[in-house]
Amino acid sequence: MEIGRLAPGKTLISLFYPAQSKDLLDLAMSTGANVIAMDMVPRISRAQKMDALSSMANIAGYRAVIEAGNNFGRFFTGQVTAAGKVPPAKVLVIGAGVAGLAAIGTATSLGAITYAFDVRPEVAEQIESMGAQFVYLNFENAQDGAATGGYATPSSPEFREKQLAKFRELAQEIDIVITTALIPGRDAPKLWLADMVAAMKSGSVVIDLAAERGGNCDLTVADQKIVSENGVTIVGYTDFPSRMAAQASTLYSTNIRHMMTDLTPAKDGAIVHNMEDDVIRGATIAFQGEITYPPPPPKVQAIAAAKPKEKFKELPLAEKRARETAAFKTQTRNQVGLLVVSTLLLLLIGAYAPESFMGHFIVFVLSCFIGFSVIWNVSHSLHTPLMAVTNAISGIVIVGALLQVGSSNWLVVILAALSVLIATINIVGGFLVTRRMLALFQKS
Amino acid sequence: MTIGIVSAAYIAAAVLFILSLGGLSGQESAKRAVWYGIVGMALAVAATVFGPGVGNWFIILVMIAGGSVMGYYVAARVQMTEMPQLVAALHSFVGLAAVFIGYNAELEVGTVLALKAVGGDLSTLAGFAEKLAHKDLVEIAILKVEVFLGVFIGAVTFTGSVIAFGKLAGKVDGKAKKLPGGHSLNAGAALGSIILLVIFFNGAGVWTLVLMTLLAFFIGCHLIVGIGGADMPVVVSMLNSYSGWAAAAIGFSLGNDLLIVTGALVGSSGAILSYIMCKAMNRSFVSVILGGFGGTTGPAMKIEGEQIAVDAEGVAAALNDADSIIIVPGYGMAVAQAQQAVSELTRKLRAAGKTVRFAIHPVAGRLPGHMNVLLAEAKVPYDIVMEMDEINDDFPTTDVVIVIGSNDIVNPAAEEDPNSPIAGMPVLQVWKAKQVFVSKRGQGTGYSGIDNSLFFKENTRMFYGDAKKSIGDLVPLMA
Repeated sequence: MEIGRLAPGKTLISLFYPAQSKDLLDLAMSTGANVIAMDMVPRISRAQKMDALSSMANIAGYRAVIEAGNNFGRFFTGQVTAAGKVPPAKVLVIGAGVAGLAAIGTATSLGAITYAFDVRPEVAEQIESMGAQFVYLNFENAQDGAATGGYATPSSPEFREKQLAKFRELAQEIDIVITTALIPGRDAPKLWLADMVAAMKSGSVVIDLAAERGGNCDLTVADQKIVSENGVTIVGYTDFPSRMAAQASTLYSTNIRHMMTDLTPAKDGAIVHNMEDDVIRGATIAFQGEITYPPPPPKVQAIAAAKPKEKFKELPLAEKRARETAAFKTQTRNQVGLLVVSTLLLLLIGAYAPESFMGHFIVFVLSCFIGFSVIWNVSHSLHTPLMAVTNAISGIVIVGALLQVGSSNWLVVILAALSVLIATINIVGGFLVTRRMLALFQKS
Repeated sequence: MTIGIVSAAYIAAAVLFILSLGGLSGQESAKRAVWYGIVGMALAVAATVFGPGVGNWFIILVMIAGGSVMGYYVAARVQMTEMPQLVAALHSFVGLAAVFIGYNAELEVGTVLALKAVGGDLSTLAGFAEKLAHKDLVEIAILKVEVFLGVFIGAVTFTGSVIAFGKLAGKVDGKAKKLPGGHSLNAGAALGSIILLVIFFNGAGVWTLVLMTLLAFFIGCHLIVGIGGADMPVVVSMLNSYSGWAAAAIGFSLGNDLLIVTGALVGSSGAILSYIMCKAMNRSFVSVILGGFGGTTGPAMKIEGEQIAVDAEGVAAALNDADSIIIVPGYGMAVAQAQQAVSELTRKLRAAGKTVRFAIHPVAGRLPGHMNVLLAEAKVPYDIVMEMDEINDDFPTTDVVIVIGSNDIVNPAAEEDPNSPIAGMPVLQVWKAKQVFVSKRGQGTGYSGIDNSLFFKENTRMFYGDAKKSIGDLVPLMA
């Protein structure tokens, strides 16, 4: 094997899959060479340009749809032609990772009605942005997959039951199923069971992108295309990227070039293997004769973790009630105190003031109360109109001036006339401006 | 018309005024409410003019016609951004009218008393004086106190409003200023007025009234000069309240219940508005009126980081990517007249299927509800314009916040720095959004004169330039 030709000081950059190929890793370590596994590049924004897995998954997703089209005897788009009506193909994509999203995009652009499912509810937005409908499950405590670096984790048995029931329901009307569900370091979960395949119409297609790890579909045979008893084609190829070799090579070589750029910061061709760098550290699986896999968690979080929902703290009922009664008591005390003081004040005024004054005073106090209770209901957005209206209304002083203008004293007449003039400006201006303002408010 | 019919008309007018204020609880009913107010006012004026004891009809006609034309002219020409100035100017009119009417009452009382003293023929008296002739001495004394109060409040309202007008219109420097001596000068003037009241009460002539008016003029002027621009919403609504109390005091001296009712309504309305404003700023009414922001208890928190500028392309790219957007307008939007551009931007964003909402802080602008009126003028639908309490919880789930010309109302220091002068004031928590763009003329501070740590946050980008131009530049860049 070529790996034996490595020597200390040399660097190997390759797809390696260290979790699955322990022996190979031990061999590489024993040579003393540094090994960078392209498939171990951490999923952080900065490292996206070297993320070969994503590039390959992208191709696999695209190719899966093409492969499905190849085996599916109908159009993807619905058409109404002179020769009859063709219904659109219905595609279900299970697992909305990079491959899944690429498949969704391809399927929708070909004109299929696309549904997608993922155990991570937070990707619903991404799914919808690609033009597919997210298949919602009615399930509480849905897990938060983003905390594990953007990959899915195994789900609870209850969740799985719900999920399968939903798939069973969908199976009858779906023409093409593309499964991309993988959990890192585990066998592929079985999501498309034999009975679901049996429920599908003849001529339907299942593309299993997880075939390499056992497949998401019960009937999948790795590297083979089989046809079930009821005429459903099940494709279990494991080499989708290789089926688009030119594209795969272009993308992979670009990923490697970016990796080289990061390894040679001085741009002089000399490799500086900086183990402090999150990306390089994560991708390195053997370094100077030691195995450095698995890497420590990256310092930079890949995806902002959703904050756990704050639970509203309920006070114990007794305490709550005690507080309410206490608040009620202080309120009552304050009100009674205010009433007593104001009654005393009023009595004091009443003892000295003449009757005619008290008559007006009653009117005054009641008006204040009406004003207070009315104004509290005015909505905040109308405060400016409120000011303009009250301003216009305060022009009521014109009544006072009108009563005086008939005086026999010339000075009084002049002053009263002036008052009438400016109060009128106030009234007319205030009301007109308010009307102008209110006319502006409109509903959308 | 008899007294009875006039009274009936007054009652109807008072009821209409109450309905008018009550109708302002919703946008739709508000349109009806204004008509209630207009009809009520027309009823009151008509009943008074055609009622008993009114003469010089020709003068009344000329004055009302002249006032209507001027009022119409002003109201039709004013820009919506100039509303605060207009309202302040109109307040000063009420104040001045109250002063004049108070003087008149005193002059008439003088005439009547002189006539009574020489035993003249009281039946020759016309109008208001005729009514006075029937009052006894105690009533005359009470009347004097009422006149004095009415003139005092009216005078304070008059100069206060004139200064507020000047500040809002930019004709007087907006900064808080005080003569040496500060509030003791005001207190001295107020004390002098009380002494003058006692002298006046004991029969001194009109000169005490004139002197008191001058003192009140000084108080109104000095009080408002000492209040900074950021507190102007409170000042305007406070002056609104004063003009109401002045009308009520005049009502007492003339014995007119309609004046009392209306004055009390306006007075309490202004008082409540001031209270709401103060609560929104977490400050006591007294500290606002006494001017300046409350004293700090320690050095303000050091702000770290730097302000990072961004250009129109950067903002546009973020907006095109965003799903939910909140716009926070402030006084700067009014100054730059940017509301039309903002509305245009909103239309484009909404057409692209994005959620766009407006967050309005209770004290944004220079007048209560100032921003709502500006946005309404620019035809922004009012159901996407939210109050602070309605929207504050939504910032963490918002993609982009655009802050246009507001500063103190989005300052995180109010919550984070206990030593900040605005500590404890409820603010819009824009910094919790994923990205914040601040459209601002330059690196200056807000009216409170304190640094805003929002501008230094990691998710904040400064979008410098005149707001109208900046936002206008964004519109063609929208996908």
